[in-house]
Amino acid sequence: MTDIKPVEPAKIREVLARNDTARLRLWLKACTSCAICADSCFFYLTNDKKPEYMPQYKVRKTLGELIKRKGEVDREFLEEAKEIAWGRCNMCRRCSQYCPFGIDMGVMIHIARQCLRTQDVCPDRLMTIDESYVKTGNQMEMTDDEFVETCEWMAEEGEDVIKGLEVPIDRENCRIMYTVNAREPKYYPQDIQMAAQVFQVAGESWTMPSHGWEATNLSMFSGNVEVAGMLAQTMYDAAKKLGAEKICITECGHAYRAAKYEGPYWTKQPNGQAPVPVTHAVAVFHEYMKSGKIKLRHKFKEPVTYQHPCNLSRNGDLAKLGVELLYMVAEDVRLMEPHDEYSHCCGGGGGFIPMGPDYKKLRMVSGKYKADQIKATGAKFVLAPCHNCTDQINDLNKEYDLGIKVISFKEILCELMVIPPHLQPDEEEAE
Amino acid sequence: MYDFVNGPFLWIAFTVLIFGSIWQIGSLVLRSRRTDKVFFDHAKPGWMFASIVNWLIPYGSRSWREHPGTTVLTFAFHFCLIFAPLFALGHVVTLAYNWGVDWPSVSDPVTDGLTIVFLIAAAGLLIRRLVKPEVRIVTGPADWLLWAITILPFLTGYLAAHKMLLTPDNMLMVHVLTGGIMLICLPFTRLAHAFLFFFGRAFIGSEFARRGTKTW
Repeated sequence: MTDIKPVEPAKIREVLARNDTARLRLWLKACTSCAICADSCFFYLTNDKKPEYMPQYKVRKTLGELIKRKGEVDREFLEEAKEIAWGRCNMCRRCSQYCPFGIDMGVMIHIARQCLRTQDVCPDRLMTIDESYVKTGNQMEMTDDEFVETCEWMAEEGEDVIKGLEVPIDRENCRIMYTVNAREPKYYPQDIQMAAQVFQVAGESWTMPSHGWEATNLSMFSGNVEVAGMLAQTMYDAAKKLGAEKICITECGHAYRAAKYEGPYWTKQPNGQAPVPVTHAVAVFHEYMKSGKIKLRHKFKEPVTYQHPCNLSRNGDLAKLGVELLYMVAEDVRLMEPHDEYSHCCGGGGGFIPMGPDYKKLRMVSGKYKADQIKATGAKFVLAPCHNCTDQINDLNKEYDLGIKVISFKEILCELMVIPPHLQPDEEEAE
Repeated sequence: MYDFVNGPFLWIAFTVLIFGSIWQIGSLVLRSRRTDKVFFDHAKPGWMFASIVNWLIPYGSRSWREHPGTTVLTFAFHFCLIFAPLFALGHVVTLAYNWGVDWPSVSDPVTDGLTIVFLIAAAGLLIRRLVKPEVRIVTGPADWLLWAITILPFLTGYLAAHKMLLTPDNMLMVHVLTGGIMLICLPFTRLAHAFLFFFGRAFIGSEFARRGTKTW
């Protein structure tokens, strides 16, 4: 083939130099190859415990080789490394918790992804999404006008449930600026409507920006940190411009992690803090339930389990709040084992879901662990406060015939919350 | 040869150990001031401490609990590795005689016991490396070599104390030689995990603490 681009080692070395931190050096020096990380990894467990799937080996065959060869690698190596860095690791960071030395293999795979990305080696769909972000500011290539129209349409339609339902756009000085996963306005606009219902019933002062409304940050997973930083900055700027007190992220995992924990570093914020505090729908709904701003007619009665998204419960600070909120809204909670920060990835994280059909088979194999966990709880519903987990578990449901339904907190709240009289639609309208 | 090993060589070994370790730690700390903003921005002493201490206790971390066999081997190995040489009567007496510094020692049978437990644990870890595919795949020549470097001082110490294999003087020389080699290797090989452990744990404890996530 003649159309193969030559490898540019200088670009790889640039990434390696940027990431040449004391902690990386320590990790490379301290590892004693004890392999305790192996069975912390669901990829390893679900692929017949093939040793090639154990975390340290995956790091060694990707970042390890890139460092050893100082970026002087060929296309064949890059392709193999791609299959490891994206096809065998979701950067869920569970192995980092199991390593006696606290070696952060998720971060190391992330550095490997950054190296590969400089050579345009990356699952195609993720690269296309990078381009969509640059072109339109969101992963679904929606224009801001389309987004605003969708919000208006949802507000109008939702008046059947809540009198005078609003989805306020660009309102200044609100307590909360709410941002969403572009998948919502594109395919699931009801999600926005449900959020609006909850906010309105709670009496929240909130808004959505007409630009900077996209919360997802898949460039974090493609390894394109420039674009990842651009997205975070756009969101921060929107919040600053509107004078919002807080940014609230929709029920999505990596969006929260990107905005709250990684974004400040990509955008070089002082002290590593976002310029406008970042919170998440789970935390906000928790606050409503606790303070009594939202009251339920009764709790959700069916047996339900909780999917801890890695980016909320391990890489974000919401493990406890998520479970507490579930107990507040549901009667029959059946937690998976292990849960909280030690929970396993659903198998769809780290960019796996948007990597598309090419990777679906791998995703179904590695998702077997989650499917078995869900089955063991006997729950009929899985609450997943993350869009990627939702998609993955829906796929697992079909693949492994789980007979479950995936739901979100918004859905439970909207179904069961008490709507105060002044917000109840007039009788004729309701009919 | 005997005089060299028991004299200058031993001095060299301890000097390399001390200055090598200081250099390794110092250069990492200096580099980290420059490159690890993420650590210094979110350093949480309580979590660093908890993350270190819980991993120093057998079954103190979730990972240790989930690997009960490996945990027993690892702790037996490291406990004896530190305590046998530190409190061996021969070592304490030698130091007291040469330097006049003195600390409590344990009797020879106890040292023998610690040494035997150490050798059994080391054999167990070796077998684990050989038998488990996930460990074997990440094991290279350096791992075997370091294993040998670590156990030889114990094996030779035991043989010397019991006047086996070689003449006592010769065995003692081999014992000091292998011990010195281990000390020299410590700062520059994976054996450096002896001190890197504390820094690695402090970092990860803090890094996950800002996300409310325990690492033990």
